[in-house]
Amino acid sequence: MQGLAVLFVFQFIGIALHWLGVPLPGTVIGLILFTVSLFAGVVKLDTVERTSSLLLRHMLLFFTPVILATTHVVSSTRGQLVAFSASLVISLLAVLFTTGVVTNALLKLRTTADAETSEASAE
Amino acid sequence: MNEIASSPVFGIATTLAIYAASLVLHKRVKWAHPLITTTVALLLLLKFAHVSLEQYQHGGDIITLMLGPATVALGVPIYKHATRLKHALPALSLGIVAGAFVGMITAGVTAALLGASQEMVMSAVPKSVTTPIAIEVAKQLHGIPEISAAMAVIAGAIGSLVGPELLRRLRVSHDLAVGAAMGTASHALGTARCVRDSEVQASSASLAMALAGIATSIMAVGVPVVMRLSSRILAHLHS
Repeated sequence: MQGLAVLFVFQFIGIALHWLGVPLPGTVIGLILFTVSLFAGVVKLDTVERTSSLLLRHMLLFFTPVILATTHVVSSTRGQLVAFSASLVISLLAVLFTTGVVTNALLKLRTTADAETSEASAE
Repeated sequence: MNEIASSPVFGIATTLAIYAASLVLHKRVKWAHPLITTTVALLLLLKFAHVSLEQYQHGGDIITLMLGPATVALGVPIYKHATRLKHALPALSLGIVAGAFVGMITAGVTAALLGASQEMVMSAVPKSVTTPIAIEVAKQLHGIPEISAAMAVIAGAIGSLVGPELLRRLRVSHDLAVGAAMGTASHALGTARCVRDSEVQASSASLAMALAGIATSIMAVGVPVVMRLSSRILAHLHS
């Protein structure tokens, strides 16, 4: 319960800051402030860990109503279905490729530079 | 029936019950993904009980409300895995931010080239990010949040199915890199797939999902500016 309170308070702070003119979505401001607070030790991991893992595990449940609404919206933009699908697939492949290849290359560079034990165990 | 269905309890009870049942089914029948079974079962229920989507959303909206704290909770995997993945953090962040950037550009440009409306293009831009953040960014860009959500979910599903195989063909061999790519491109569903494959992949995937969400919403602030500039340049070229 404490965990849920902390999460909601951070979301609320984010929404308030957005309302005051910060140009990011309120929830994302909340996420950034919450993460910073964890690193700064203002929020203890113990307080939020259980609630967070429960919420993250059931993320799917929370956007089920959004998915239902989607079926309605997608059928109303039928004329743009090609743009919709092509944009989806091309961008998905581009992201997989970019992040995968860039990260892999950078990690290899590091591994050859100094073979770290933790990295060897990760392989 | 109609009066009962308008109560928020109807939407909450049916969604929770069907979701719980689909989780049980998923344990027995591996290919019956809860995303698909929950959606189909709810749609059928609404259809046969003659309940409109609007009535259902009285309760549905309350469930969706929980996406807020769930998104903030993404800070926990960032914190936990950043401490653990410290040595690889520069490589991971660079790869993740590059992927998020490419994702926005390719989604927006592809949609625009294929003649999508401005609203549709703006809905496509935040598509390669975890669904709750995609919804928020879409609102900000005056896109259609439901379209962004649909694209994000479908990208998640496709990526979680074919991602690891594709990455192997691209010779992405490092587990941390595979996870980062899956988390950036297919967020929650991609991460769930990594959890099944390897713990190392899962850790970089959850870090990637959260970081890519933040990076995309920060970069999205610049999108309207870029759009205005490019339309001005186009207008100049035409005159």
